[in-house]
Amino acid sequence: MKPVYVRPKSLKPTPFHYCPGCGHSIVHRLVCELIDEMDMRGKIICVPPAGCAVLAYNYFDIDVCESAHGRGCAIATGFKRARPDKIIFTYQGDGDMAAIGTAETLHAANRGERITSIFINNAVYGMTGGQMAPTTMLGQKTSTSPYGRRSEIEGYPLKITDLIATLPGAAYVTRTSLANPAKIRETKKSIKKAFEVQIAGLGYSLVEVLSPCPTNWKVTPKESFAYLENIMEKEYPIGVMKDITTQKG
Amino acid sequence: MDKKVLMKGTDAIGEAAIRAGCTCYFGYPITPQNEIPEYMSRRMEQVGGVFLQGESEIASINMVLGAAATGMRAMTSSSSPGISLKQEGLSFLAALELPAVIVNINRGGPGLGNIAPSQGDYYQATRGGGHGDYRMPVIAPASVQELYDLTMHSFDIADLYRTPVMILGDGMMGQIMEPIYLHDRPEVELPPKDYILDGAEGRPSRIVKSLILDPAEMEEHNWKLKRKYDLLTSRIPQWEEYLTDDAKLTIIAYGTAARIAKGAVNRVRSEGLKVGLIRPITLWPFPDEAIRNAAKKTKLFLAFEMSTGQMVDDVRLALEGSVPCEFYGRPGGIVPAPQEIARIIERFWLQREL
Repeated sequence: MKPVYVRPKSLKPTPFHYCPGCGHSIVHRLVCELIDEMDMRGKIICVPPAGCAVLAYNYFDIDVCESAHGRGCAIATGFKRARPDKIIFTYQGDGDMAAIGTAETLHAANRGERITSIFINNAVYGMTGGQMAPTTMLGQKTSTSPYGRRSEIEGYPLKITDLIATLPGAAYVTRTSLANPAKIRETKKSIKKAFEVQIAGLGYSLVEVLSPCPTNWKVTPKESFAYLENIMEKEYPIGVMKDITTQKG
Repeated sequence: MDKKVLMKGTDAIGEAAIRAGCTCYFGYPITPQNEIPEYMSRRMEQVGGVFLQGESEIASINMVLGAAATGMRAMTSSSSPGISLKQEGLSFLAALELPAVIVNINRGGPGLGNIAPSQGDYYQATRGGGHGDYRMPVIAPASVQELYDLTMHSFDIADLYRTPVMILGDGMMGQIMEPIYLHDRPEVELPPKDYILDGAEGRPSRIVKSLILDPAEMEEHNWKLKRKYDLLTSRIPQWEEYLTDDAKLTIIAYGTAARIAKGAVNRVRSEGLKVGLIRPITLWPFPDEAIRNAAKKTKLFLAFEMSTGQMVDDVRLALEGSVPCEFYGRPGGIVPAPQEIARIIERFWLQREL
């Protein structure tokens, strides 16, 4: 009999610590499926963030190097420059990627580092308990924007993926969502493409994944998927922003 | 015998690193050490290594971290304000037990300060400017030859003990030119790098991390690091003694200040004053033993620094009150002449009726 659903070999048999309904578990699984399918385990290195996914090394059965908050793309640069034959990816949250690590992220992308970033955007700081993120939407209440984010006080949600898409060093830049199974499958395809772009040496690749955080959004897991689709995807439209493999000339 | 070549301090650091097998340099421009990244940008290309100008000191030290985790010999260099930015990375390198060499060509401070030679970063360097309970070997060369030799040595210490190592120079050390021998890398037996990340091919996956949420485990990690620091303290202290055998007054100075002090010792010796010099080469671990041995013979110590007084604390800690230690300092980028120090020595000599 042919099994239709198995645990990826690259995913350790450890129960996830993530909250019910959290998107990290889904993306972890997608990444591990791809590591198996693309036969990357022997040459891939992950740089997880400071944030909820700092514990990614408890689940990924691959080489992993912790990073200080926001420094993922700099560390990944060090890895890739020292070992260009390896596949390097950062796994980062919104605070890591687009607040404290903005400089490291933008410059790695602009240098066209042959690395891949998987950017989990849930519009809130998860691990520290629901504070405002750079990607928190206007009006969204968090523990440090209790009256809702106001542009005149806290500024606007930062669309770092859109910024990166304008940089010549970026080869593949896309935004996906975990709002339903079809979009989850699309997310997997996008991450696959991002790794392929890196392996082909084309430049920096980035997949932003809109991901639910029911705990800090203070909704049920079920409601969080509707929130993702109806509110987050309005602020952050999904789709490919840049793909040099399909550009002409 | 190797041929002698005339070399600038910053270039000697770069050449020593290259010949020590450093294959990855990451840095960000800041005066007075720009000649190091400039030198490395030329030389790394020639030897097939990696040179990359990071977008900041923070990015550069984290690039060093990534390269070090692959097992490559990696380094960065900067000057005081830039070294402040690298402190986060230094704490992580210490915690992750990754080897790396960090050069600080100390300039005047605090704040932006100036670009003149200073020793104001002694506390930051020797007390661990980064967070957490760690130590870091700090090495203070006092000549271009030493910049060369001790840079090579620093890479070996880093690999032997899996620790970041800081070379603490100052603007003067970086800028002077002296004839030096370009020795080959010394043969040192180094432990296998069984911690590196290069993809889990045919082996269990590895994790390089410092997050240890369980306090009992964290405590054990702290004690493990402490045992390493104790080993370093017993093994690597280095110093130079100059005319200390009969000295009634012993000056303690490092780096550029020690060169000035040596000139002052020669001056007062010609007047018959029995004065010697101890020059700490390792600032952490501090050469307590040399100070304590000298305390058996000498009546007065004089710490001289190009700061308002930082190393003097370590001298007094080593002395534990047994012999008094005076201090003289010139902060802010002032480099006094030996005559000035000679006058200070004479003043204390008379005051203390030595």
